[in-house]
Amino acid sequence: MSAERIATTDREFEPRLSLRKRLGMLFGLLSAVAIAIGLVTLEVLIADVIHDGWRALSWDFLTSYPSRRPEQAGIRSALVGTFYILILVGLIAFPLGVAAAIYLEEFAPKNRLTATIEINLSNLAAVPSIVYGLLGLGVFVRTFMLGRSLLAGALTLSLLVLPIIIIASREALRAVPPSIREAGLALGASHWQTVRLFVLPAALPGILTGTILALARAIGETAPLITIGALTYVAFTPKSLFDPFTVLPIQIFNWISRPQPAFHERAAAGIIVLLAVLLLFNGLAIFLRARLQRRIRF
Amino acid sequence: MTITSPTPARYIVQPAEPAALRIERLNVWYGKHQAIRDVSFTIPARRITAIIGPSGCGKSTLLRAINRMHDLTRDARVEGSIYWGEIDLYAPTTDPVWVRRHIGMIFQKPNPFPKSIFENVAFGLRVNGYRGDIAARVEEALRKAALWDEVKDKLQQNALALSGGQQQRLCIARAIALEPDILLMDEPCSALDPVATMRIEDLMIELAHTYTIVIVTHNMQQASRVSHYTAFLLAGEDRTGELIEYAPTRELFLRPRDRRTEDYITGRIG
Amino acid sequence: MTSESTPAQLATSIDRREWVERVLTGTQRIDRIRRVRERTILTFLFLAALISIATTIGIIYTLGIETVRFFQRVSIVDFLTDTQWTPLFTEKHFGIWPLLTATILVSVIAMLIALPIGLLSAIGLAEYAPDRVARVVKPVLEILAGVPTVVYGYFALLFVTPLLQRFIPQLEVFNALSAGLVMGIMIVPLVASLSEDAMRAVPQSLREGAYALGATKLEVVWRVVVPSSLSGIVAAFILAVSRAVGETMIVAIAMGQVPRLTLNPLVAMETMTAYIVQVSLGDTPHGTLEYQTIFAVGTTLFVITMALNLLSYRFLKRFREVYE
Repeated sequence: MSAERIATTDREFEPRLSLRKRLGMLFGLLSAVAIAIGLVTLEVLIADVIHDGWRALSWDFLTSYPSRRPEQAGIRSALVGTFYILILVGLIAFPLGVAAAIYLEEFAPKNRLTATIEINLSNLAAVPSIVYGLLGLGVFVRTFMLGRSLLAGALTLSLLVLPIIIIASREALRAVPPSIREAGLALGASHWQTVRLFVLPAALPGILTGTILALARAIGETAPLITIGALTYVAFTPKSLFDPFTVLPIQIFNWISRPQPAFHERAAAGIIVLLAVLLLFNGLAIFLRARLQRRIRF
Repeated sequence: MTITSPTPARYIVQPAEPAALRIERLNVWYGKHQAIRDVSFTIPARRITAIIGPSGCGKSTLLRAINRMHDLTRDARVEGSIYWGEIDLYAPTTDPVWVRRHIGMIFQKPNPFPKSIFENVAFGLRVNGYRGDIAARVEEALRKAALWDEVKDKLQQNALALSGGQQQRLCIARAIALEPDILLMDEPCSALDPVATMRIEDLMIELAHTYTIVIVTHNMQQASRVSHYTAFLLAGEDRTGELIEYAPTRELFLRPRDRRTEDYITGRIG
Repeated sequence: MTSESTPAQLATSIDRREWVERVLTGTQRIDRIRRVRERTILTFLFLAALISIATTIGIIYTLGIETVRFFQRVSIVDFLTDTQWTPLFTEKHFGIWPLLTATILVSVIAMLIALPIGLLSAIGLAEYAPDRVARVVKPVLEILAGVPTVVYGYFALLFVTPLLQRFIPQLEVFNALSAGLVMGIMIVPLVASLSEDAMRAVPQSLREGAYALGATKLEVVWRVVVPSSLSGIVAAFILAVSRAVGETMIVAIAMGQVPRLTLNPLVAMETMTAYIVQVSLGDTPHGTLEYQTIFAVGTTLFVITMALNLLSYRFLKRFREVYE
C-alpha cells in the first residue's frame, strides 16, 4: 500500500514542517506586536495628555478668555468659535451635501458629466486640508471680500466636509432596499415624491451618522482655518458672521507654540476638552445609528 | 420537535480489495448542528469511489473531513477516525499540513492562483521543499493531467486566461505534482460544460491507475460512468447526513437494497 | 354648473365630452404644477452636485492665478533649482528644494513606520485574529485616525522628542524624527484598513486551494493572499504617502519653521505645509510676493498629492478589475 509510496515521496521533499510552523507562529506574534504598537501609542498619548493637563481643567478654564498669563488663560473664545463654526458648517454643508447625494444617487443620468462629478468627488476627498485653506483664502477672504471672518471659515470648512457628507449620504441611500422605491412608485408617486417620502426617511440614520462624523472631523481641523486667517489670540467672542474668531484646535496650537511650560499645561487641558467633545460626537453618531436603525423596519 | 433520522444503514459492502482509507464512526458538527453522523466505510485503493446524495446531505462535509479541511473552519468539530494505512488522520499527533500533502483536493469551481501556469503547478512543490528538478516535475504533472500539449508554449501566461476546463485540469496538475496518495474531488465538473466534463472524466479514469480517487457528485450518470464504488448519503429531517448504502457501483444502481437509495436513483427524492 | 353632474346626466354627447375634457385638463393642470415644482427641485439638487466641480475649479483657479503672478516675479528655474528658500528674509531666495526635501524626509520616516505596521496589523486582523478580537480592535485602531493632528503635534513635541532626546542627545527640540514617527502612527489605520479591504476581497477558494496543497497559514498569506491583493495594497500605500505629504499640524508644531536643505532627521527644518502655516500666521497683505509664495508652494503640494492620488486610483482600478 501507501507506506512505501509515502516513504518515496517523503524522500523527494524536505517539508521542514516544524520550521514552517515556528515561522508561522513568529509571524503571528509579529503582527500582534504591530497591532499592539498602535494600541499602546494611543493609550500613551491619551495618558500623557491627561497627565499633563488635568490640573488646569476647571470651570474657570472653560469660561475665561486667553490671557498673557497662563494661569488665567481659558478657552472661552475658542469654545464659542468652535460652536459657531459647527453650527454654520452644519447649516451650510448638510443640506447641500444631502441634496448632491440625492441627485447623484437617484436622479443623475449615466453620462459623462455624472462620471466627472463622481471622479471629482473622490479626488476632493483626498486633497490636503491646507489646500482648502488656500482656496478659502483666495475665494472667500479675498474675492468675496469676507475677510478673516467666521463666515469665511465656515464656508471653507463646509467645502472641506462636503465630499465626506456626500459620500456617506450616498452609501446610506444606496443601502435602502429597492423594494421601498418600488412600493412608492407603485402607489403612483413620482420619482421625487418617492424619494422624499420613502427613500429619504429610510436613509436618514445613515445620513445623520455620516454628517455627525463629518462635523466631528471639522471640529479638529486647524490648518485651513489658520490659512484663511483665523486668529490665534482672540480675547473676545465673535458677535457677527463677519467678525474674526478662533477655534479650539487653533487655541491649543497657539499655547503649544509658547515656550512657557505653563501654557503647555493649558494646551493639554484644551486637548482634553477637544477629545471629550469628539468623544461626544462619535458617541452620538453611534447611538443615533443604533437607535434609528431599530425604529425603521422594512 | 420531530426528528426522524434515517435508520442506520445496513447495506454497506466492504470492498475485498486493499483499502486506502478506512472511515470509522465519523461525526462532524458545525457549531451546534450535526452535519454527518456515524459514517463508517472503507475506500478501496486505486479505484474511484463516488459519494452521491441530494444537496445538503453532507457529501462535501464528508469529503473535506478526509483532508482535514475542517480544521480551517472555526466552528467545526470532528469526531471519529479516518485510517490511512496505520495512521489515524485525526490522532492528536497527526499534522494536518502533512496530511494535505498526501491527500489532495480539487474543488467545485476551479481555483487557480492568479499566477503563471508554471507557478501554479510549482506552488505545492516550492512550499513543500521539493528537492528535485521543479521544471521537470511540472511538465510531468501537466502531462498526466492531459494539459501539457495545450500549455507547453505558454507556461508563463497567467492561469486565469485558460478556459474553465483547462483551469480545472491545471488544478488537477498542481495537485498531482505532489504525487499524493489520494485525490479528493468535490463536484469537479459542475462548473464545466459537457465537453470539458467528458475530458475530466476520462482523465479521472486514467488517473485512477495511479491514485485513489474519491469524488463527490450530484450527477448520478457521472457516478455510474466513472466510479467503481458508490456511497449514498441522505439527511433526515434533522438535516444530519447518514450513510444509507455503500456498494460496488453497478450493484447500487442496478439493485439498490435500500428503498431510499432506489427513490433517489429513480428521481423520486432529491 | 355641469361640473356637479355625472356624465350620464348630461343631456348631449357634446356636453359629456366637455365634461371629460374639463376633468382631464384639471388633472393635467395639477400635474403640470407638480412637474414644474419638481423640476425646480431637481435643478437645485443638480446645482448642489455641481458644487464639487465648482470646488475643484476654484482650487485650480485660486492656486493657478497666484502661482502665475508668483512666476511673473520669480523665475521658474530658480524655483526648481535654487537650494535656499528665504522669501521672508532681506536676501531672497526662492528655491523649493529645502521645503520639498523636508516634506519628503518626514514622509519617508512616516512611511517606514506606517507601511510595515499597517500591513502587519491588517494581516493580523484579517487572517490571524479570532473574530471577537478583531471586532473590538478594529474600531479602536480607527480612533487613531480620528485624533486631531494638533493633538499628535503636541504629543510629538512634548512627549516623543524629550523621550528620544534621552537616547539621542543631539536631537534638536524641533526635528523630523519625532514628527515622522508620530505621523507614521497616525497613518497606520489608513494603511491597515485599506490593505485589509484588499486582502478580504481575495476569494476564500484561493486560500482553500493553497491549504489543500499542504501550505501553512503563513505561506497561504504570503504566497497567495498578499500577491493576489498586491495592487490593492500598493494603492493603499500610495494613498498613505499622499496623506503624509499633505499633513500640516504635526510638522508645523514639531518640526520647526526654519527652511533648511538637509537629510538629517535630527535637526529642525520646514515642510511645504509648515511654511504655508508660518506665513498665514503672520501679517502678509494680499498682493505681496510673500502672499504669492504660499500659493506657489500650495500648487506644488497640490500637484504632488494629485499625482499620487491618481496613481493610487490606477492601481485600485487594476485591483478591482480582477475581483469584481
